[in-house]
Amino acid sequence: MIGQIKMFSMKNVASVTLRSLVYVAMGLTAISLLGILSYILFNGVKAFKWSLIFGKFSSANPSMSFSIVTTCVMILLTLLIAVPISIFCAVYLTEYAKRKNIFVNWIRLATETLAGIPSIVFGLFGAIFFGTVMGFGYSILTGCLTVAIMLLPVIIRQTEEAVKSVPDMYREGSYGLGASKLRTVFRIVLPSAMPGILSAVILSMGRIIGETAALIFTLGTVAQLPGGLLDSSRTLAVHMYISTRDGGAAGREVAFLTGAVLIVVILCMNIGASYIGGKVGKDFEN
Amino acid sequence: MLKAPKPLKIRVEDMNLYYDSFQALINVNLDVLTNEITAFIGPSGCGKSTLLKSLNRMNDLIESCRITGKITYDGEDIYGKMNVSELRKRVGMVFQKPNPFPMSVYDNIAYGPRTHGIKKKKVLDQIVEESLQNAAIWDELKDRLKKSALAISGGQQQRLCIARALAIKPEVILLDEPTSALDPISTTKIEDLLAELKDRYTIVIVTHNMGQAARISDKTAFFLHGEIVEFGRTMEIFSKPKDKKTEDYITGRFG
Ligand SMILES: Nc1ncnc2c1ncn2[C@@H]1O[C@H](COP(=O)(O)OP(=O)(O)OP(=O)(O)O)[C@@H](O)[C@H]1O
Ligand SMILES: [Mg+2]
Repeated sequence: MIGQIKMFSMKNVASVTLRSLVYVAMGLTAISLLGILSYILFNGVKAFKWSLIFGKFSSANPSMSFSIVTTCVMILLTLLIAVPISIFCAVYLTEYAKRKNIFVNWIRLATETLAGIPSIVFGLFGAIFFGTVMGFGYSILTGCLTVAIMLLPVIIRQTEEAVKSVPDMYREGSYGLGASKLRTVFRIVLPSAMPGILSAVILSMGRIIGETAALIFTLGTVAQLPGGLLDSSRTLAVHMYISTRDGGAAGREVAFLTGAVLIVVILCMNIGASYIGGKVGKDFEN
Repeated sequence: MLKAPKPLKIRVEDMNLYYDSFQALINVNLDVLTNEITAFIGPSGCGKSTLLKSLNRMNDLIESCRITGKITYDGEDIYGKMNVSELRKRVGMVFQKPNPFPMSVYDNIAYGPRTHGIKKKKVLDQIVEESLQNAAIWDELKDRLKKSALAISGGQQQRLCIARALAIKPEVILLDEPTSALDPISTTKIEDLLAELKDRYTIVIVTHNMGQAARISDKTAFFLHGEIVEFGRTMEIFSKPKDKKTEDYITGRFG
């Protein structure tokens, strides 16, 4: 009897310890996340001036207005390049390639390796290949192409996962009705995989917004509203970096404000994306 | 009462089928006659689904699958010049688990006709109604055409899948254990439906339910280890099987 009670209480101690560990971990995570968030927002608000956000850039007023535009353009163009290629590639890998295809194994290996390479390496490659060899220089185009290549492996992998998770019975149903592979893929498989693909796209947007190393080498750091694809500019993240590096105390304020704006932009984007995601999913299911 | 023999629809001749080196079908011969229900029975893994899928070339999807012998449809070799899409348009299929697409009831039915080039809304509307009516599910679904097909019951989903197969106006319908995932009432509904469809279609059905085979089929093929042990009139197979193994199986002594 006594032994049993002891065992019981030992178990109890263990479970209480585990449970408190869980709470501690959760608490630490929440505190640090909220801490960072509120620290940046607080400092951002302190530095807030309308002219710093929407005003024209000058050394007296290092406004981020141009950079907001550049960031949006970069996101759109990069996704426009990366997403279709990734989707087609993933569809090929999962639906078309034979299982024992050596070529496919090479592509897999390549995408997996590329996914683990630091972005600055892509930046270096982009600067040399697109910037110098192709002659695009520091420009939106060079930046987009470089970041697009960087994103390919990630979107391909996630799209592949999404496509693979579409139940085979949908495919069978479609083929059984005499549909071709192409129709099956585009009418049944991809729509069913859409939520997964969308979440890959959202993550990619986050990466484009957050990228600095690769962009400094390719998009460059010129503080101007880009007039065309071959102009250099800064995204918000690069603007933050340059401001902190070169701007002294005032620059740090600008950096905080930019950070706060970034947070708000990302928040809006995520809300928008999940709204669109919900809509797409519904359209298909209803 | 003597009837003229029904015309031949599908003939399987000396067919062997391999998954890599594993032989799943051994020297199979089978005639499927027009407007009859042919049932495949036999223990799990004996090759019923494999043969069924060969009849509309769904096995093409399996890379390791290799076939020798000959299958003809209306006298034409289905592995020859015949277009696969055309073959599957004529030989529809209903699967074991109801597999409506994740879209509306209407779009599910319209998927097949659209695949084969029908675009006009009016024509599609008519096909949808007709198919659902033929599958005896129009009354239950007519107010829910725009709702997701995943939101209806399993039994309704399966009849929807039958309606979807009917929508491309096939001549033959293959069904792989269509009622195994359903409750008895839904099962009865589908059996009644098949009995009705028999006049207009040729039906091949795989079933683990002896009673079902006996109730609805005209011919029965008993499979064992990839071979057809016995094939003949259902009445005869069930009342006086020629082979001891058939008898053991249908009386439930093994399998
Ligand atoms: N894609 C495949 N690759 C390899 N072997 C397979 C494949 N599909 C089926 N087989 C094998 O072929 C044999 C026949 O399978 P089949 O699915 O035709 O059996 P079945 O009679 O339909 O069984 P059940 O009643 O369980 O559905 C089994 O031994 C099975 O393991
Ligand atoms: Mg089977």
